[in-house]
Amino acid sequence: MNLLIKNGRVIDPSQGLDEVADVLVEAGVVKEIGTNLKAPAGVHAIDVAGKYVVPGLVDMHVHLRDPGLEYKEDIVSGTKAAAAGGFTSLACMPNTKPAIDNKAVASYIINKANTEGFCNVFPVGCITYGMGGERMAEMGELKEAGCVAVSDDGRPVANAELMRRALEYARGIGILVISHAEDLALVGEGVMNEGFTSTELGLKGIPRVAEDIATARDVMLAEYTNSPLHIAHVSTKGSVRIIREAKARGVKVTCETAPHYFTLTDDAVRGYDTNAKMNPPLREADDVAAIKEGLRDGTIDCIATDHAPHHLDEKDVEFNAALNGIIGLETSLPLSLKLVEDGILTVNQLVEKMSCNPSKILGISRGSLRVGAVADLTVIDPAAAWAVETEKLVSKSRNTPFIGWKMKGAAACTIRGGAVVFSR
Amino acid sequence: MADNLTVLLDESGIKRALTRISHEILERNKGVQDVVLIGIRSGGAFLAEELAQSIAMIEGAAIPVGAIDITLYRDDIKNHTSRLPVGKTEIGFSLQGKKVVLVDDVLFTGRTIRAAMDALMDHGRPECIQLAVLIDRGHRELPIRADFVGRNVPTSSKENVQVVFSAQNQPLEVVLEK
Amino acid sequence: MAEFKHRNIIALRDLTKEDMELLLATAENMREINSRDIKKVPTLRGKTIINLFYEASTRTRTSFEIAAKRLSADTVNISPSTSSATKGETLADTALNLLAMKPDIIVMRHAVSGAHYHLAKKVTCSVVNAGDGAHEHPSQGLLDLLTIRDRFGRLDGLKVAIVGDITHSRVARSDIQGLTKMGSHVYLAGPPTMMPPAVEKLGSVTVCTTMREAIQDADVVIMLRIQQERQGKTLMPNAREYSRYFGLNPENLKLAKPGAMVMHPGPINRGVEMSSYVVNGSQSHVLKQVENGVAVRMAMLYHVCGGELE
Repeated sequence: MNLLIKNGRVIDPSQGLDEVADVLVEAGVVKEIGTNLKAPAGVHAIDVAGKYVVPGLVDMHVHLRDPGLEYKEDIVSGTKAAAAGGFTSLACMPNTKPAIDNKAVASYIINKANTEGFCNVFPVGCITYGMGGERMAEMGELKEAGCVAVSDDGRPVANAELMRRALEYARGIGILVISHAEDLALVGEGVMNEGFTSTELGLKGIPRVAEDIATARDVMLAEYTNSPLHIAHVSTKGSVRIIREAKARGVKVTCETAPHYFTLTDDAVRGYDTNAKMNPPLREADDVAAIKEGLRDGTIDCIATDHAPHHLDEKDVEFNAALNGIIGLETSLPLSLKLVEDGILTVNQLVEKMSCNPSKILGISRGSLRVGAVADLTVIDPAAAWAVETEKLVSKSRNTPFIGWKMKGAAACTIRGGAVVFSR
Repeated sequence: MADNLTVLLDESGIKRALTRISHEILERNKGVQDVVLIGIRSGGAFLAEELAQSIAMIEGAAIPVGAIDITLYRDDIKNHTSRLPVGKTEIGFSLQGKKVVLVDDVLFTGRTIRAAMDALMDHGRPECIQLAVLIDRGHRELPIRADFVGRNVPTSSKENVQVVFSAQNQPLEVVLEK
Repeated sequence: MAEFKHRNIIALRDLTKEDMELLLATAENMREINSRDIKKVPTLRGKTIINLFYEASTRTRTSFEIAAKRLSADTVNISPSTSSATKGETLADTALNLLAMKPDIIVMRHAVSGAHYHLAKKVTCSVVNAGDGAHEHPSQGLLDLLTIRDRFGRLDGLKVAIVGDITHSRVARSDIQGLTKMGSHVYLAGPPTMMPPAVEKLGSVTVCTTMREAIQDADVVIMLRIQQERQGKTLMPNAREYSRYFGLNPENLKLAKPGAMVMHPGPINRGVEMSSYVVNGSQSHVLKQVENGVAVRMAMLYHVCGGELE
């Protein structure tokens, strides 16, 4: 587990580092960063000239589908896909079968990831039992079992009183609440964004205000209860505005968006492509612009994938019958690097949003290459040109609208705890 | 005119042929009693109008004229990659008990006539059907024979015979394309 | 010569003006068959057409069936009950099973918008849309075009009002696509709860706030069906109030041009979207629509059957 990574551009916003240097890893931790380091005896050296060396990427929003839905993905295939995408850590959402609403399920995931996984897995527990939206789950025990946050992701906590109490209780426990912001009454039977495209295709629309209202409610509850809150998968300009204003007031709110929300619009649904069906739905051009602005000005803290694998049989059906979600672990990095190419983010900001910030928000000791830190590193080849091909996807599922896309940038090497878990 | 085109009949030649056919129709049917003309779209329909005028001049009596589109009755349509537009069938009278003279411009394989007879039968039961054509170029694929022929022209099956009409649907000439 | 290049007819959105002109011209000439004693031509002899109806429909299914039979095709009607379909076989599997029986055309009605595109990817035969969700109902759109053109001899420059629940209407979408491509000016009216966002971007479409505005000087008024079960929950107070503001009666019909046509895709809720005086009145072309429906569907089946692959 000893490694010398030579000549890379080492970018670590956590210590204001951005320079060509060598990184020496010993016994699974960062031993030294400097120039012209010599490899001690028995240390394998790799030359990564022209590439970026960054703290291992952290995806705080992944559906691993294990336990219970392993036909879509499991902890092994999901973490392998994560490593291929440059991620060394991920937080997995609790909508498994059974749900992560008890210590046993959380422990199962952590143990399996530790023994068989290709990256670190931090489970997110449920806010309510079975995500039923009725009774608070045992957040204390979930935290003890290793959960880093609670969420009913996939469903909102519809009852405002329950959400209020969950925020208060979680503050006491010291665990983060992640909100899936959606007003189900406004969503109704909607299957895509409500707008011109839904009008033309005759598909029932989900209005943007369905997300905005729920975001506003949870932000106000967080403000009222003085509790930290993280808003998952922000997709609308309204949500960005609400969160920006809340942050300016000092509300302890953070949020994430996903690459598809700054890459695609609801035009992708044309042709009734079920691989463009997700929740929240793809929005419109002005939302995409607002998401990018939110990323640029810091309103949006993180880029997460909302990696949501589904079996072919669940997608190769009529549009209304198709399940929501797309896989994202293997395409997130190049799609996000595009923001750097387009001048929206600096590469330093990108590393913050894909590693430092999610680590900080989840309270995990990752996202930094400080001497002594766990040696989770990602070596990024920003120039790697490749195409997304169905057969080459590592994930068990293939539900992505990016099949056939030409990508630029990839993880050249993913190192977890000093060990190479993926190499291109 | 291009080298590969030969004029088989000019305007006056067509006129003479149609006049002769008119006389033959009248002779065969002993006048115009119960005789109707049905032209096959599109060339045959124009010629049927010409024949009707010619017969009216000779006999001094009007004769009913109709037009039939046989697109929906063709048996060779499977070979087309896209469907032909369907023309209009206009038969403003009953065919029951009528002596129908079916009119076409060029008689070739006989498949068009077969289709036209099927179509006619769906419009009623005529007493008899006779066939008048301006040109018979041979190469029959069905046992069909014309009762009245303007001109017999031996051709090879690769050649093409066409009746050219004016913008007012008047027959101008018959050309053979090699 | 005009050619029809489409293997499937799923939406008028996918057709050009020329495509629609050809279908209408064919339909006009098909009408002659329907007026004969022997209402049958041998054109599609030996062809098999499956009518696959996932939603109940008497008139559209019957119309397609008659159209097929008049062209001498063999027809089979299949109506998988929605409950058994959701429990068991997927649409794709049903389609592949049907395909194994070598049909030439599948005519389908389905509750999900876009289901026909999914079907068309799975089968090698032609797919004709008899209505999909709130998306399109192309045969209804075409028969509306034909009925209007019969009356005025043209479609361009006409003012056509469409009144009712535009959001949930596949008829409205096909009418809008067809009419605007043919040069008509479409005016939509209905409560804002029934008006889909950005609908004015669909073509030469004007969204009106009142029914008066839409039908004023209209050449054609198309009324849409209001269903208490669907719209009754949150889109309107009740049928009575709807009828007051968006129902067509002899009084407000006077706002339209004298002799304006009144149409309705049926079935009509008398006294809700249309008063019986209008339905039975001289300006109603409802039965003419039904009559043209057979000819239009004959034209659709005829043209897709030999069409080359798109």
